[in-house]
Amino acid sequence: MSNISRRKSLAFLAGAPAAGWLVGKGLQSSASTLASEDRWKQVDPREMIRQRYFPNVVLTTHENKKVRLYDDLVKDKVMLINFMYTSCERLCPRVTQNLVHVQKLLGDRMGRDFFFYSFSLDPKNDTAKVLSDYAAMHKVGPGWSFLTGDPDEIEHLRRILGFTDPDPEQDKDKDSHIGNVRYGNERRQLWGACPGMSQADFIVEALSWVDWPKGQKPGA
Amino acid sequence: MPNKKDIDNARKNRLELIAAGVTRRELFKMGLLTSAGYLVAKKGLSSRAWGFDGGKGGGGGNDGGGGGGAASPPTRSFVTPFRNLTVKQPVASLNPAPTIAPNTAAGEGRTIAHQAFTKFPPQKFYQITQSQISATVSPDLPTQTFWGFDGEAPGPVYHAKYGEPILVRNVNNLPANNGGFGNNTVSTHLHNGHTPSESDGFPCFFFNSGQFYDHHYPNQLAGFSDPQFAATGGDIRESLSTLFYHDHRIDFTAQNVYKGLVGQYLLFNQFDTGDETTGFRLPSGQFDVPMIFGDKVFDPNTGLAFFDLFNTDGILGDRFLVNGTIQPFFQVAPRRYRLRWTNSGPSRWVQFFLTDPNNLSASFPFFQIANDGNLLPKPVQVTSVELGVAERADVIIDFSKFRPGQSILLENRLEQQDGRGPTGNVLAAGQGSSYLRFDVVLPAVADNSQDPATITKFYDLPTIDLSNVVRRSFNFQRGNGQWQINGKFADCNTNRFTVKQGSTELWTLTNSSGGWMHPIHIHFEEHQIVSRNGAPPPLAVERSRKDVVELHHNESVQIFFRFRDFLGRYPLHCHNVVHEDHAMMALWSIAPTGDTNPNP
Repeated sequence: MSNISRRKSLAFLAGAPAAGWLVGKGLQSSASTLASEDRWKQVDPREMIRQRYFPNVVLTTHENKKVRLYDDLVKDKVMLINFMYTSCERLCPRVTQNLVHVQKLLGDRMGRDFFFYSFSLDPKNDTAKVLSDYAAMHKVGPGWSFLTGDPDEIEHLRRILGFTDPDPEQDKDKDSHIGNVRYGNERRQLWGACPGMSQADFIVEALSWVDWPKGQKPGA
Repeated sequence: MPNKKDIDNARKNRLELIAAGVTRRELFKMGLLTSAGYLVAKKGLSSRAWGFDGGKGGGGGNDGGGGGGAASPPTRSFVTPFRNLTVKQPVASLNPAPTIAPNTAAGEGRTIAHQAFTKFPPQKFYQITQSQISATVSPDLPTQTFWGFDGEAPGPVYHAKYGEPILVRNVNNLPANNGGFGNNTVSTHLHNGHTPSESDGFPCFFFNSGQFYDHHYPNQLAGFSDPQFAATGGDIRESLSTLFYHDHRIDFTAQNVYKGLVGQYLLFNQFDTGDETTGFRLPSGQFDVPMIFGDKVFDPNTGLAFFDLFNTDGILGDRFLVNGTIQPFFQVAPRRYRLRWTNSGPSRWVQFFLTDPNNLSASFPFFQIANDGNLLPKPVQVTSVELGVAERADVIIDFSKFRPGQSILLENRLEQQDGRGPTGNVLAAGQGSSYLRFDVVLPAVADNSQDPATITKFYDLPTIDLSNVVRRSFNFQRGNGQWQINGKFADCNTNRFTVKQGSTELWTLTNSSGGWMHPIHIHFEEHQIVSRNGAPPPLAVERSRKDVVELHHNESVQIFFRFRDFLGRYPLHCHNVVHEDHAMMALWSIAPTGDTNPNP
């Protein structure tokens, strides 16, 4: 794929399938027919999810560490993801407090078996220092990273991870941002979501459904 | 701007498509060729992934014509014959024999004893197994993995009889490796059986792979505990005919249903007999045909069914399946058929018309005889049927009105672009999406069913008695993308309200979610719509018993219930299964004493 700008190649890495559905690797055998099996690519489902949802963008944690989204945060982990911003007045303080409660219920499994990632919707203003103060104010414990980074990349992440509203006006309004939390087990391709204001013990229960291999995941 | 290599590849691939028999015209119709003759660069399965180059905001979607945001590989229409569901057969016995208390030692995942086993001992036994299967949905897509009941997706259809209780042993052999989506801990719900709670498929009562779960289906009319109906074993006016079963596992329902865990269940009685020479004389046998509709997206590179895991709005597929195959053709004899339609979603609202591709302006009326599996007071002539997810309609179409050799399309003309609901536009004939093609073929065969135009009555509706009714209100809201009912969120541990066994209730459901439409489903009992926005329901087909109520924008609907016979926990929820999984639900229960909380 020549002549592609850096932005477009990032989009490609971000997991959008090849720009033309028939233009691309593996589909150039002129002997193949529409129905033949060799026109279909074999892609491992876990890899498919990585390509589609977890570009390896570089982010900065509230502890001012640089991390790569897939390699450092997502790969092999059981996690909870949400979006917030520090100057959010209505929803985020409550969701953050709720998640602090969840964190307490998880005890020392936080940071060992479970990881929380809160992405900032206002990366311009939410620098590492600002996020660090926010985390300290909420008494956030280890195992939970607040993340900032390039505004375009974070906006892209917001969209591909589904923290969007189909109404463009609502979607533009930071105050109406999506308050759900997404939880999942990357190795098992198990992903769910629930409101960020769900009862804390229910969020713990939801995490137990994807708690593998450490948890008592049956049928595993 | 494509470069030379792209152009060459496009031309090569176009030649392949044409060699394979996909004409230029079909490619145009599929939206794959630009006017210059290049293959259109499809943007992938979710417009959200293309935020960088100015793709659409919000969730991916597509119009009723199948184009737009989603981009499955092209598939030919009407090349696969329609698949009739397999009829589920009972077994002589189950080993170990079913017990009232859960047989934990033998690996049963049930945790609550059967409350009515002694009162209604099972007369037939079934065993059904959930497992990974291989299926071909189209000759233009690879054979691929789904999850099915008894090796099929959709699974088999039960033929059950009122007064004949059955026990179904539900075996979970689903694999840990989900291939990209799905959760192998499951809870199977029979929608909308009058079923004891512990057998109803409550979302939180899921069980594990390697376990089984016995479901006791008493197949009794509602009201059997009421002395006034003792002689008839319940209120005949509460007869159900067409139910369906599907996975209902909390937070993973959409993934599991999309993966194939759905099937049908028919209930017969002395009127709806299954024999068109008796009772109401409805078309029967091979002329009584369950049809389960669903829409899906397939990955353009791998050809495999794709489920957008990070979509919370609602998923719209651009490939349309009936009984598990894409746009089949169905050869029908020139006589009446009873078609039992179920919209299994995941999210799309449909409105089906009959379309003659050679005469688009022609309109073909037919009869709707049941709503949500409940026979109407009498047949209603219609020219279309609208179904939100989980709604059912039984229709009678008389194919003798067409010429042998004629083909008629079953076309969805309701335009929808995202998970919020249809736009309200009903597209012109031929502009929608056809789910299947009926091909009327000879020979003519005997038709012993009665012409629905001459049927004057099925059942009366049960009386609506508001004298002692408990009134409750449910306000469906969306705040910051989180679904709430009366400002609260759902979870497994919260019982929102308790209904007193044997009572009547009047619920007002209000849609305050802004631009969203929701098909709301309440388990266990059928309801009647008393009013829609203050007036009796405008549509004749809605003057019936139902179990899924459509909540349009900013609507307020009042529904009347009787709650009888069994006890335990049940849910109410939006049946756009993607909304359901993001907790648009409330869990309630029936007990000997209830509460009267008006805003639970």
